[in-house]
Parts: sequence; structure tokens; C-alpha cells
Amino acid sequence: MLAFCIRRIVQAAAVMLVVGLIAFALFRFVGDPVVFMLGQDATPEDRARMSADLGLDQPFHLQYARFVGRAVQGEFGLSLRQLRPVSTLFRERLPATLELALAAAVFALAVGIPMGVYAALRRRSWLTQVFLVVSLIGVSLPTFLIGILLILVFAVQLNWLPSFGRGETVALGAWSTGLLTASGLKALILPAITLGLFQMTLIMRLTRAEMLEVLRTEYIRFARARGLTDRAVYFRHALRNTLVPVITVAGLQLGSIIAFAIITETVFQWPGMGLLFIQSVMFADVPVMAAYLCLIALVFVVINFVVDLLYHAVDPRLRLENAAAR
Amino acid sequence: MTRLAALVDSDLAWSFRHSPVAIVAAVVALACIVGAIGAPLLAPHDPFDLAKLDLLDAFAPPAWLAEGKTAFLFGADDQGRDVLSAILYGTRISLAVGVASVVLSMLLGTALGLIAGYAGGVIDAFIMRVADVQLSFPAILIALLVDGVTRIALPDAAHGGTAFWVIVLSIALSGWVQYARTVRGSTLVEARKEYVQAARVIGRHPLAIMFHHVLPNVTGPVLVIATIHLATAITTEATLSFLGVGMPPTTPSLGTLIRVGNDFLFSGEWWITVFPGAALVALVLSVNLLGDWLRDALNPRLR
Repeated sequence: MLAFCIRRIVQAAAVMLVVGLIAFALFRFVGDPVVFMLGQDATPEDRARMSADLGLDQPFHLQYARFVGRAVQGEFGLSLRQLRPVSTLFRERLPATLELALAAAVFALAVGIPMGVYAALRRRSWLTQVFLVVSLIGVSLPTFLIGILLILVFAVQLNWLPSFGRGETVALGAWSTGLLTASGLKALILPAITLGLFQMTLIMRLTRAEMLEVLRTEYIRFARARGLTDRAVYFRHALRNTLVPVITVAGLQLGSIIAFAIITETVFQWPGMGLLFIQSVMFADVPVMAAYLCLIALVFVVINFVVDLLYHAVDPRLRLENAAAR
Repeated sequence: MTRLAALVDSDLAWSFRHSPVAIVAAVVALACIVGAIGAPLLAPHDPFDLAKLDLLDAFAPPAWLAEGKTAFLFGADDQGRDVLSAILYGTRISLAVGVASVVLSMLLGTALGLIAGYAGGVIDAFIMRVADVQLSFPAILIALLVDGVTRIALPDAAHGGTAFWVIVLSIALSGWVQYARTVRGSTLVEARKEYVQAARVIGRHPLAIMFHHVLPNVTGPVLVIATIHLATAITTEATLSFLGVGMPPTTPSLGTLIRVGNDFLFSGEWWITVFPGAALVALVLSVNLLGDWLRDALNPRLR
């Protein structure tokens, strides 16, 4: 177990170093940072001095080491567009994105699992057919189009819910939350549904497939033979075993939710990190792009690492395979 | 003639005739393709000819509404451009980006997969590690990053022709992994067979073996992936354009049209957004369904 952990940590660190290298190359070679800072008409002497100040005259590997050292401490320099530290910008934007991602994940699980269970238990019901058609549409529609349609119906036509922004927020220390005010909660509904719909259809299909699989196994037949009620068989025996893979996939999807938040945040002008990133792409704000790249890579690496560890802890067969491989 | 007869008689054609979903999807997809290719002939107006635009036509609602004008079936946008014509030209651009990026992705992925599977060893390990790492990130994120980097590196990347290739490159680089993995898997199987060993014995060049002998035997699954990837590529292009880092408003794709129309959603001019959106859904959904059907039809195990 320890050897497995160490190997995975080394792999994760290698991935992060490579992503860091890409981010650094972006930083260093795509557009000249000295020109960015001094403007086009600085004298050669000024440029040379600036280069020396920034450490740009040092060898490549030393510069990279310095970049990594600062990145580990969360320092990515100044945003070229807003002239403020990237770390401060991220700290301001992080709560919005995390709250949105969390709400979307809760929506996907709370709606997707019951729908999947129903579709598995009542295979021939018309409602099941409706669910399946909805899931097909949910998979095919681009995220931004779902957002636009929801805005058109619930914000423009019915005027029930706001279509942009976070509503009122309350500051809890450094964390500004929209979950404690009525307008904040109302503003969260449409973006959360938009972001969670794809994951919801995925979870529904997976729950249905797993449930159908589990219902065919021996222990379910045995539970029936013992004379347990349908209710006990379905929800106490079958559902529990269905949920293991569903939760795993949901965990793996958490990273995608944060990535797809870029689109949802643009549609709803949600002041999170995705919106910050898209603006940095449009305005060639390299430090913000590089930092976002590193941060999202970290999120994915951590999620994959945790899921691997959990698999390893839950499934003894994997341990055997690893032992045999060695 | 015999070839045609054989085609009509084949398993694939039988499966097609007995799948109403596939037939409907094929008709819709074909309509989109014909509309896209024939846009200059079919479109009632030329949306790019500034001289013919009349600002008095701006915001004309669809023809069947009270204030609609018969000349503008799906209404007109803020500059008096016919929405239907813009959709036809937009579909043309969306499809062109989609097809170009799928082809590029397919070439890249197939070549890398062949090399990885046939060469083995360090080369294989390297290519597949890169693929693994890339696969753990969503494709749209990779496309956004490539797009962003190219935009910074090329100052005129936001304009017409360059923008087209920047997007094609972004989508192609975000999608090659699936081809590479599939082709590598089949190559590993094929490389052990006698005909490959025979070719090796008579001293053919490894590249010739890869591309003349192995390649024709591993293309089946690649076509299925390509069909499904086309739907994804069109969606990705639309998403990039909607986010404002895709096709520019001067040569709008469906995604750009939706982005432009989105500004008028709140003032009630819904048709500028909704019709391009519907066209996009029809295109993506039909290609997706065709891909699903093709995958099931070519895979006897699923029957």
C-alpha cells in the first residue's frame, strides 16, 4: 500500500512538473514579458535592466526552478490586464466557482440517482421512456445552449429567476458566500441546473445500468427467496451496491464540472474563475492563463489520486494484480 | 452495378432500413449538409454583402408573426441580415471546421497509434503516457488552452482564415487520443499475425508494413470514432465561438450567430438566437444518432 502511494505521488508530481513547464513556457516565450511591462518604446538599456531584475538573463532551468518555487507558494505574478496579483484575483473568484460546482453536483446526484432507480425498476413505464429521451437530449445539447434556453424561459418569458450574477453575497471572513441570502440562492438555480444537467444524465444512465446489473445477481434472488418485501430488496440490498460505482464516477466528474463551469459562468456572467480564465484568453493575459492551467491540473491530479487510492482500499483484487505485476 | 447491388444487399444496409431512428437522422443530417454546401444557391439573401443590407429590415420578426416580412422567413438580425441565410452560411462554416478537425485529428491519432503499437518500448510508453495525461482533462479545456496560446503567439489569429485553422488545430489536438488508443490496441493484435511476420521476413521497411499492411486492417473502428467525434467537434467549435474565442463575427459559424443573438434575448428578439440554436441541435443530434447506429451496426456483439 505504501509503495503504491509513493509511486502514485511521484507520478502526480511528474504530471504537475510537466504542466508547470508548459505554463512556464507560456509565461516566458509567448509574448515578451519585458515588452508587456515597459511598452514598445523603452530603450535597450531599460529592457536589459528589467530583464536582469526579473531574472530573465539566467539560464532556462534556473528560471524554471524559480517559477516552480513561487508557484508552489501560490505566486504567479501580476495579471497583465488588471495589474493585481493573480493569487488575489483567484482568492476572490474561488468561492463563486466552488459554490456553483457544489450546487451542480448536488443537483446531478439528487435528481439523477432517483431517476435512474425508477428507470431500472419500471423498465416499461412511459415515464422511463421520457427520462431516456431527456437524457439523450441532455447529452447532445451543448452546455451553453441549455443555459440560453433556461434564461429565455425562466428569466425572460416567465421572469421568475435572475439571469446573471450571483445576487447578494455575505462575507464569511475571506469567503464570500451567496448561499445565505434569498437573492443569492435564486441566482444559483439556473446556473447550477445548466452545469449539472450533463452530469445528471450521465449519473441517471449509469445508475439505471448498474441497478439492472445488480438486480440480476444471486444475492438479490436469495433476498427475494427469504421473503423480503420489494422495498427492502430494492432499497436496502440493491441500491447500496449500485451506489459504489455511481459515487466513484460522480467523484471523477467533479473535475469536469469545474472545467465546464467556464462555459456556464460565461453564459450567466457568474463572477467565478472560469469567467476570469475566458477573459484572460481573450485579452492574452498570460499570467492568469498559466496560473489557471496549473490550478486546474492540480484539481484533476488530486481527484485522480484520491479515486485511485479509494479503489485500492475498496477492491482487494486490484492489490493482488499489483502484487502479481511486481 | 454489382457493387451497388452488394451495398444494398449488405448487413449494414439491412440494419439501416430497419432502424427508423437512423433513417430520420440520416435525412436530417443530409438536409444540413445539402443546405451547407448549397448555401450560396439556396440562401434567399447574401448575408455578407453589406451593400444589400437595409437597416430598415433590422429586427424583423419571423414571417408568420404579425409584423413579420415574407422576405425574412426566420426574421432578421440587428443589421437587417436574414437569419435563415446566416444559418445556411453558418452551418457551412460549422461543418467545415468540424470535418477539417476530425480529419486532422484522425490522421494524427492514427499515425501515432500505429507507431506506438508497432514500435513498442519507449516510444509506445511515451505516446501513451501523454495520451493518458491528456485524457484525464476534458477535451474542451485542451481546445481552449491551445486556442488561447495560439492567439497570443499569432497576433492576427482572431481574423477569418487564420481563425479557422486555429480552431481546427485546437479541436484536432484535443481529440487525437481516442484514435491513438484504439489504433494502438488493434495494431498490437495485428502485428502478431502471420502476414505481418511474412512482410517482415521479406524485408519490407517498417513504415511500409505499418501503413500498407497494418493500417487497412485497423480502420474499421476509426470510422465509427470519427462519426461520433464529428458531433463533438461541431459542439466544441460552437462552444469556442460562443465563448468569443472561435470564429469571428465577420465569418460567423452557428456558435458565433448564437453569441451575437444572445445580446438581444432580453429585448425580446428571440429568433436571432433560437433558430441558429435549433439548427445546431439538429445537426449535432442527427450526426450523434448516426454515429450510435453505426457503432451498434458494425459491432455484432451488441446485437
